[in-house]
Amino acid sequence: MPVVSYIEAVNMALEEEMKQDPKVFILGEDVGVKGGVFKATAGLYEKFGENRVIDTPLTESAIVGVAIGAAMYGLRPVSEIQFADFIMPAVNQIISEAARIRYRSNNDWQCPIVIRAPYGGGVHGGLYHSQSVEAIFANQPGLKIVMPSTPYDAKGLLKAAIRDDDPVLFFEHKRAYRLLKGEVPEEDYVIPIGKADVKREGDDVTVITYGLCVHLAMEAARKLIAEGISVHILDLRTVYPLDQEAIIKAAEKTGKVLLVTEDNKEGSVMSEVAAIIAEHALFDLDAPIKRLCGPDVPAMPYAPTLEKHFLINTEKIERAIRELAEF
Amino acid sequence: MAVEQIVMPQLGESVTEGTIIKWLVTPGEKVNKYQPLAEVLTDKVTAEVPSSYSGIVKELLVEEGQTVPVGTVICSITTIEIGKKEVNQLQADEPKVMLRENVDMKTRFSPVVLRLAREHGIDLSKIKGTGRGGRITRKDILKYIKAEEERKESEMTMSLTEVEPPQSVQAFSTEDRMREIPVTPVRRTIAHNMVRSKQEIPHAWMMVEVDVTELVKYREQIKDAFLKKEGFPLTYFAFFVKACAQALKEYPILNSEWQGEKIIQKKDINISIAVASENELFVPVIKNADEKSIKGIAREIYELANKARSGQLRPEDVQGGTFTVNNTGSFGSVQSMGIINYPQAAILQVEAIVKRPVVINNGIFIRDIVNLCLSIDHRVLDGLISGRFLQRLKEILENMREETITIY
Repeated sequence: MPVVSYIEAVNMALEEEMKQDPKVFILGEDVGVKGGVFKATAGLYEKFGENRVIDTPLTESAIVGVAIGAAMYGLRPVSEIQFADFIMPAVNQIISEAARIRYRSNNDWQCPIVIRAPYGGGVHGGLYHSQSVEAIFANQPGLKIVMPSTPYDAKGLLKAAIRDDDPVLFFEHKRAYRLLKGEVPEEDYVIPIGKADVKREGDDVTVITYGLCVHLAMEAARKLIAEGISVHILDLRTVYPLDQEAIIKAAEKTGKVLLVTEDNKEGSVMSEVAAIIAEHALFDLDAPIKRLCGPDVPAMPYAPTLEKHFLINTEKIERAIRELAEF
Repeated sequence: MAVEQIVMPQLGESVTEGTIIKWLVTPGEKVNKYQPLAEVLTDKVTAEVPSSYSGIVKELLVEEGQTVPVGTVICSITTIEIGKKEVNQLQADEPKVMLRENVDMKTRFSPVVLRLAREHGIDLSKIKGTGRGGRITRKDILKYIKAEEERKESEMTMSLTEVEPPQSVQAFSTEDRMREIPVTPVRRTIAHNMVRSKQEIPHAWMMVEVDVTELVKYREQIKDAFLKKEGFPLTYFAFFVKACAQALKEYPILNSEWQGEKIIQKKDINISIAVASENELFVPVIKNADEKSIKGIAREIYELANKARSGQLRPEDVQGGTFTVNNTGSFGSVQSMGIINYPQAAILQVEAIVKRPVVINNGIFIRDIVNLCLSIDHRVLDGLISGRFLQRLKEILENMREETITIY
């Protein structure tokens, strides 16, 4: 099985889906000739031509709006928003249109679009190139939000997203693109949307997280073995709608739960995860539910020291796990 | 002078590693600030790494062609500047959600700990907490439950080994030479209690011979009339229970219980009596036996025995016993060593009344003799006090005659 980077896995999924379904096409800023600013769509323009890999103007509302129209006519568009931060002009299209088409038309119409966007900090991107935007969409029934943590999951979930008949937001951590490498099969496979995944079995502390933070938590868990602390890690994979059953089960496993996200703390996806645990697993809890998140400041700062302060890292997770283990 | 380090810079937003294609300087060479040191290739760009200092190149730490992660030290430079002070790391000022170290958490229980304690009937004061401030964690209680289960299991196994058939049987141990008897819940409880008593209580044993000729004579006289009148038999056992209750009143230390740090002496004299059915053994309780008449005791023995044999004993019928009297004589035994009914301090075995030749005043007489065997918890009781108790019991019984006994 070849070892590929996260972004190569994204590229593989796109190419495979375009090959097996002529209705699939890509649109976004610089996705064509340039192959995307991160090279996620590299080589696709050459392979599938300008009609299926379309460079658009710098107008996010149009990128999504066009995709919605095409999807309602039976195509399967994959829109790329160059940075998740720039999704804001398209929010009206995503929430008020894409998310509601099936409901509003009494199931007569559907909107099978995928919106890919790189999110997250740690690359000195400052305010406009570092945000986590999932919480904005994570209370809009009709949408699905997928945030894979490994190259293997990225390929399997992106293929599932493209084949899904409803709108899927697909957020990729930009620092994961070249940092994370892993074995990815060349053959066709999909990973079901809406299913969380136990990335590591343990019995002292449960960590529930998603995206790049899964990788950081795994590193922390490996280090903590030396201290005799055994960590259970649940990767949400889909942050909306949440896999409640898996969350409750993971919380019950150890009774001590650490929730990690790079997003601002208040009203984050983790706030909902905490509520699910509080509602369903109170009598299995052995410690207060703990959240490790970004601070409640408006955006990722540019100064390296401040960026470091904002971001989640292995040491912070390690410390939080240790504190729970000792509780 | 100071030695500074140059690291692989981050060349682009998603770049995490870079390859040194070519070094533009050699060790010992003088460099100026911003002077290019090396050419670096990433999967996005090729760029030059500038020097952050003026000084002399000390060492090149990465070979040409080698790929290293962003942040790896690639070379060192001896500077003439004063070393730049490290920027103070921002201290994470996360609010403290957890309780402080010095707070006593021994009696603050989490929901899961309370639930597990309730489900398994665990007294939390018996568990030592390993969490912060002595808090009992979920792991602590799970460990305790597991240890308890293992302890019970090993007790079971031990009691089972005791009743295992002797080795010689194994010579014929084909399937049809043996019969497997499943252990009933009652049998299991008996086994558990016996093992517990035998293991925890250091048993000591003594016996006295009692001449009950007068008692026998008296009972023979009235027993038929009694049965006719009351509708239940006047057994010897009722007399023994009554006598025992009276002796206990005078020697209350036998009516007590060992509790590790202390001995608990019971004010109520509740006599457990052993009642056997074909395969099982029950010990119902005659409450406040010292306050009851012989008739009252006889009636209660009759009723409890019937209940036991028909399986109708209720929990309150078997609870609260403080001393056990066991009627081993009913099946002809003349001597036996009882196992104490845990957690009581003693058990009295009333053996069969048999006619014996006895020497009295240099003459040989035929008398009705009964052996009373007493097992004691030697932690609570010594030979002296137990001997006195038996002597007193003997005295009471030998004085039971027509003139002294009141049945009602």
